[in-house]
Amino acid sequence: MAKRIDVTDLNVYYSAFKAVEGVSMTVEPRSVTAFIGPSGCGKSTFLRTLNRMHEVIAGGRVEGKVMLDNQDLYAPNMDPVAVRRTVGMVFQRPNPFPTMSIYDNVAAGLRLNGVKNKKSLDGVVETSLKSANLWNEVKDRLGKPGAGLSGGQQQRLCIARAIAVQPQVLLMDEPCSALDPISTLAIEDLVSQLKNEFTIVIVTHNMQQAARVSDRTAFFNLRATGEPGRLVEIGDTTKIFNNPTQQATEDYISGRFG
Amino acid sequence: MSTLTREGRATGDRRPRPQHEDQRRDRRRDDQVPDEGATPPGQGPDAGPLAEMGSPQRGRAVKDAVARVVMWGAFGVVMIPLVWILYTVVSRGVHLLLSSTWWTNNQRNINSGDVGGGARHAIEGTLMMAGITAVIAVPIGILTAVYLVEYGRGGLARAISFTVDILSGIPSIVAALFIYAVWVTTFGIERSGFAAALALVLLMIPVVVRSTESMLTLVPNELREAAYALGVPKWVTVVKVVLRTAFSGIVTGVLLGLARIMGETAPLLILAPYTKNFQRDLFSGNFPTLPMMINQDRGDIGLAAAAERMWGASLTLILLVLLLNLVGRIIARAGSVKT
Repeated sequence: MAKRIDVTDLNVYYSAFKAVEGVSMTVEPRSVTAFIGPSGCGKSTFLRTLNRMHEVIAGGRVEGKVMLDNQDLYAPNMDPVAVRRTVGMVFQRPNPFPTMSIYDNVAAGLRLNGVKNKKSLDGVVETSLKSANLWNEVKDRLGKPGAGLSGGQQQRLCIARAIAVQPQVLLMDEPCSALDPISTLAIEDLVSQLKNEFTIVIVTHNMQQAARVSDRTAFFNLRATGEPGRLVEIGDTTKIFNNPTQQATEDYISGRFG
Repeated sequence: MSTLTREGRATGDRRPRPQHEDQRRDRRRDDQVPDEGATPPGQGPDAGPLAEMGSPQRGRAVKDAVARVVMWGAFGVVMIPLVWILYTVVSRGVHLLLSSTWWTNNQRNINSGDVGGGARHAIEGTLMMAGITAVIAVPIGILTAVYLVEYGRGGLARAISFTVDILSGIPSIVAALFIYAVWVTTFGIERSGFAAALALVLLMIPVVVRSTESMLTLVPNELREAAYALGVPKWVTVVKVVLRTAFSGIVTGVLLGLARIMGETAPLLILAPYTKNFQRDLFSGNFPTLPMMINQDRGDIGLAAAAERMWGASLTLILLVLLLNLVGRIIARAGSVKT
């Protein structure tokens, strides 16, 4: 259960402002694709179009095509809620539901969509927490509030919550930027495990992280402030980091700007 | 409410208290460093790290002291009438509340100058009226706030928000006259407890809307996004995540609204005349309430028994509101955000 994403000539707008322009790329299933690039180049914005989360922001809309295997995510009869069930997301800051226990947080996606069967929920919670490498740390306090965990644990809880609804694709928007190095390492290990099951797209500001966890890397850039962000190039991570085709990529990778 | 403090802690803009104390003490020490204008900054033997940056501490200390005095003064000014009121009401009214019939009897066949009887009729009336008002006003208020915060865009939302502002500025007697005009003059229905409750609804809605609205805006957007990203429809997100997170704050707002309308008298004067009997029919006849009982006995204040009843009824009303607040606090705590 992992799907390929094909993006063709995608433009993203916030009201009249064109935030991202002309992106075409393929995201391979069962692999990690990293998006890197300077701040404001549209990586996160583009990421959000992959599960239509940009529509949550007033005025957000796209032109172009996003195909998930054979499904057009922007087909007129496509329900954005259904898209988000298939394409899950983990955010920059850990955001467990503060009113819910650890158990309830993981079960939230299923419960809020009407699953009541206690036994199947128990099973899903356990496997999700195990997949997120969190089970051993929390199995004795599943009833405790999720907000009481450390930042790194909260982020893994959010990952467990995202994979509990069995998505095909997992989008991660700078999942480690609010975490310390140890927790970051834990998340990176987790990402490498999860790619056996899911298609993973990760946005990161940390180039070492992209080099460590990803199979393919996409470099985004913008010509100038106020201009829309563009995809400069995408390729195997080793190629992008060692032998990029574009001068801008090389400049960014070698730390000449950004 | 608890969301507020939690957020504050999460974003780290509240430092633990001891640290503040330490810093203040450090600055005081720097204060005592003699001001040696001739020595270049940072090179004097005693120059602490802060001395290099100049020393505006003297002025700040004065400002601090002034602010302190003003603040405590304001606190005192507020406390004086509060303590005074409570003392007067309790000292004059408490013995009636301890009498055997206060909580069980009504005032039927008891003349203004006579002692005896109770306030049961007025207590029941006030609770019934508050209950029916809340049943009507709370859903309307909360749904309006949900619309304004979660769904409303553009002209309609602005119009509603403006209307709520106007509504919250309407004097209670005007609300009462409006209901009188509609209920009695236009439709020809008799005055009743329910008519008064309708006027109270008009007064309670804006309070509930405004307080609920501010609680809903406090719910971090990240929680909504987290729910959307799980494939949860918007309305479920609003009900199960947003309202749930804001629950304790909403309860507090509802209680503030209830406390406001329970002591309201003008609509009762116009729409629900007092009776000394029990009255369980909200839709016809006179209706007993505590504010009207107070008003009635104030009219006969020359008679010792009436004056006592007035204070007794006042204390009872205060206790009712207090009790309601306590119950609400317990509900709010049970449903609040835990860490």
